[in-house]
Amino acid sequence: MSLRKLINNKTMAALAVLFTAFASTSAFAREAAAAATAKPVDMGPIYKSTLFYVLLFLLLCLFIAIVGKAIKVYELTRESEGKPEGINWNMINGVLFAIFLVVGLYGVYWEYTVHGNMILPEAASEHGKKIDQMFNITLIITTIVFIATHIVLFAFAYFYKSTGKRKAYYYPHNNALERIWTIVPALVLTVLVLMGFLTWRSIFYKIEDPNKKPLSIEVTSSQFTWDVRYPGADGVVGKKNYKLITSINGLGIDFTDKNTWDDQVVDEIVLPVNKPVRFILTSKDVLHSFYMPHFRVQLNTVPGMTSYFEFTPTITSEEMKAKTNDPSFKYLLLCAKICGTNHYNMQKPVRVVTEKEYEEWVVKQGTYLTNDLRKAFKLPVLAEPAAKPATADTTAKDTTANKSKLALKK
Amino acid sequence: MSTISLQDTHHHDNHDDHGHGHHQETFLTKYIFSQDHKMIAKQFLITGIIMAVIAMGLSILFRLQLAWPDQSFPILETFLGKWAEGGRIRPDFYLALVTIHGTIMVFFVLTAGLSGTFSNLLIPLQLGARDMASPFLNMLSYWFFFSACVIMMGSFFIQTGPASAGWTVYPPLSALPKAIDGSALGMTMWLISMVLFVASSLMGGINYVSTVLNMRTKGMDLWKMPLTIWAFFLTAILGILSFPVLVAGVVLLVFDRSFGTSFYLSDIVMGTQILPNEGGSPILWQHLFWFLGHPEVYIVIMPALGISSEIISVNSRKPIFGYHAMIYSLIGITILSFIVWGHHMFVTGMNPLLGGVFMITTLIIAVPSAVKTFNYLATLWRGNIRFTPAMLFAIGLVSFFISGGLTGIFLGNASLDINLHDTYFVVAHFHLVMGSAAIFGMLAGVYHWFPRMFGKMMNAKLGYLHFWLTFICAYLVFFPLHFLGLDGVPRRYYAFTEFEFMQKWLTVNVFVTWAAIIAALAQVAFLFNFFYSIFKGKKAPQNPWEANTLEWTAPVEHLHGNWPGEIPTVYRWPYDYSKPGAETDFIPQTVPFSQTMSSNLPHDFEGNTEAEQIQKDWEAANKPAEKAE
Repeated sequence: MSLRKLINNKTMAALAVLFTAFASTSAFAREAAAAATAKPVDMGPIYKSTLFYVLLFLLLCLFIAIVGKAIKVYELTRESEGKPEGINWNMINGVLFAIFLVVGLYGVYWEYTVHGNMILPEAASEHGKKIDQMFNITLIITTIVFIATHIVLFAFAYFYKSTGKRKAYYYPHNNALERIWTIVPALVLTVLVLMGFLTWRSIFYKIEDPNKKPLSIEVTSSQFTWDVRYPGADGVVGKKNYKLITSINGLGIDFTDKNTWDDQVVDEIVLPVNKPVRFILTSKDVLHSFYMPHFRVQLNTVPGMTSYFEFTPTITSEEMKAKTNDPSFKYLLLCAKICGTNHYNMQKPVRVVTEKEYEEWVVKQGTYLTNDLRKAFKLPVLAEPAAKPATADTTAKDTTANKSKLALKK
Repeated sequence: MSTISLQDTHHHDNHDDHGHGHHQETFLTKYIFSQDHKMIAKQFLITGIIMAVIAMGLSILFRLQLAWPDQSFPILETFLGKWAEGGRIRPDFYLALVTIHGTIMVFFVLTAGLSGTFSNLLIPLQLGARDMASPFLNMLSYWFFFSACVIMMGSFFIQTGPASAGWTVYPPLSALPKAIDGSALGMTMWLISMVLFVASSLMGGINYVSTVLNMRTKGMDLWKMPLTIWAFFLTAILGILSFPVLVAGVVLLVFDRSFGTSFYLSDIVMGTQILPNEGGSPILWQHLFWFLGHPEVYIVIMPALGISSEIISVNSRKPIFGYHAMIYSLIGITILSFIVWGHHMFVTGMNPLLGGVFMITTLIIAVPSAVKTFNYLATLWRGNIRFTPAMLFAIGLVSFFISGGLTGIFLGNASLDINLHDTYFVVAHFHLVMGSAAIFGMLAGVYHWFPRMFGKMMNAKLGYLHFWLTFICAYLVFFPLHFLGLDGVPRRYYAFTEFEFMQKWLTVNVFVTWAAIIAALAQVAFLFNFFYSIFKGKKAPQNPWEANTLEWTAPVEHLHGNWPGEIPTVYRWPYDYSKPGAETDFIPQTVPFSQTMSSNLPHDFEGNTEAEQIQKDWEAANKPAEKAE
């Protein structure tokens, strides 16, 4: 009987502890709240509020410790009374897994429908459509597996939790079953590999069509800008050599190559719709990554190595604005490979326009070759007559640049 | 101090049984320059935990920046000084944070902290060896690791700051101090630290392999080894074959940085300054780095899988389903992991033909991974599951392994990788499959073998709290990140403020950061539990989880040499749980079949006709008797 008394005392003591703790917790909270409301202006120095959060956390720890103690006291009580263990933790954890499964499935549904609607719009390029198709197939397969395996995992956790009454089923192996779940994933993956392989080949191994020559555009990356060079009337981007780089010839264009004379400098990438375009990618300093997510285009730019990406844009910027229902929609070129301090802000606007708009735009762009460069490269006499239109071009370019900047600001 | 004196008496009592020549252990030889594998395991574990806490702290710092890019946190300036002027983290320091977070987590926590701890602890104990093949090398391994940690952390205290070119340190960014401040002295320290680290893991790996091959106790043939040992063994082989390649790469990078060679550099102009380097290729670094780097992710995950195999089997009270299939899939992963490194390089400008080849090998590696997953599920089926904290974490591992593994099918597909490469989709993928899964494996291991390491029990309820908070928050952190990636948001962006389309993700970033903060605070439950239990925990019984493996036959009080007297002999595989006909639901490996006549199966004798005959005779003799009763 004395034992029982003791236990009663203990329970009482625990209750008392709990009570005082709650009381003091609420007192603390009240104090804190009072401190917060009394001088709302004084909350300014966050230094103090950091301390406030630390105290809040300590309070939480204290609360957990008290709950822990209470649980311990309760279990000890049960134990000494000879009753079975007070709290069935196997049951609790099993049930928590079941709840996690249900809530988690809803969470996944929510993510797919809410965040899933915030992702990139449909691909704006020919090969991008194939990529999206592949993506959807893979998504369907993986989602099925994801959901099914998780239902199995957490359902097993719930249904086969230990009750102390049952013995587990001795089941060390089943070769037929193992064969099935080796072969089925292997087959599914084979299908995915084949599709992926064919898509990949179709993207990187383009058959040259002499009637539909792609538009060549050279992109040079450097910390943290993209320099874009259009080929000009001859359709050829002329040679360049990094050793020729000077402050007036930032790309190191080799003007002894006549193909460079009509090369154009632009400050936005404008592409004609439904026309193949071939990007020639180079880098001046470190690695960057030429990433245009809307076209499903990405390739690193590597110093000392030229790489190429050819694709065909299929949706103009205007059409895309209508499709996404977003009047401020813009195609973008951004850098996806860590390249230094301003990696997070290395962008270039991209516009896809109709062929006619493109023709109008491209003639307005100025050439790289300026008077200074002609002098530097000791180019022949035709330098002088060409000088005037060149300067005229630059001013024209400036105004267009300003205009496009204004347009951007809108 | 009682433990010490107890151990000392044991030590002297059993001196003759194990011929180790230590007479008087001083504090220095026992705790610092210990050659006892159990102490070295603890050293690895505690160093690993400290590094994990640091790396987690770094991640909270950059999560703060991502969530509130415009807000000032004066407290940051107090601690970080010029790196957070005005209470805002600087862009270059942000990159340093992600770099060092990645490096610490991958190498120091999930490689050394995981393999180092559990290989050291379990290989001798589960195989029945007195210690490692070379205890001295083992000690060196720890101290090289420790120096690597110190040097890496030291880089926070130099003027130009730590390395900040990402944990993959791609040159030229990492080679040119002009490109980013972190590539000055900080990068040199990173490289030195990495060389020491590789030396450490090679010494460890060689030790593990030779111990597994040579020092197994009587009866412990390879096919009776627990899956943990198989995983550690194959991990060690993987490390031995791949880590030296990283050293080669690192040495070349040191040459490029300090001695003017051009292995990785060519045609570079910084501003208008033309560098003299010619003929190198930045792609070469990527090949060398990922030749280690990809096996590395399996070096991280395989021990975790081995640990969870053991824990799931013990706590389901069932044999692991498909023991042989589990081993073959580990071997398959080991071999295949050497020929998939190119899937990190699909869009680097590497020849597209290679992209196709690497895609095929990459997707093949998903098959053994799938087999392992299904086998885990089959092990749980009709089990008698005890939810110890270790079991919870092991189940969590399986969940993360599935979730993260499935997104690997997207990234391993070269065509899909074009648009997903270097976006948040990748971040979400590897944080689930190798970050969360591996750390859950490690935590499961800590909870499970804590009694073996410290002779004390951890508090289970705090373990539950720790598990549920961490499990839920890990999903809350990483699941939404997939969708940022699908929207084309690149990783390693200091702020989302410069792009209009990223604005919509700002609220998600705030949410993710809060989840990360809660997850980080949840680790306090673990840290408290861990350190408190070392000193004040309940004393552990001999075999707290009723497991079959050998380590639970060694005395609770540690002694150098593991077993007093003879090392136990092994008679059976480690997974005889709930065998029909047996009295208990577990039969330790040390129990011979002659003592369990009522539960023996024909398969147990592996074609030994003599034993089969004895069993038949016994059954013939006993069956009628039972009926008579």
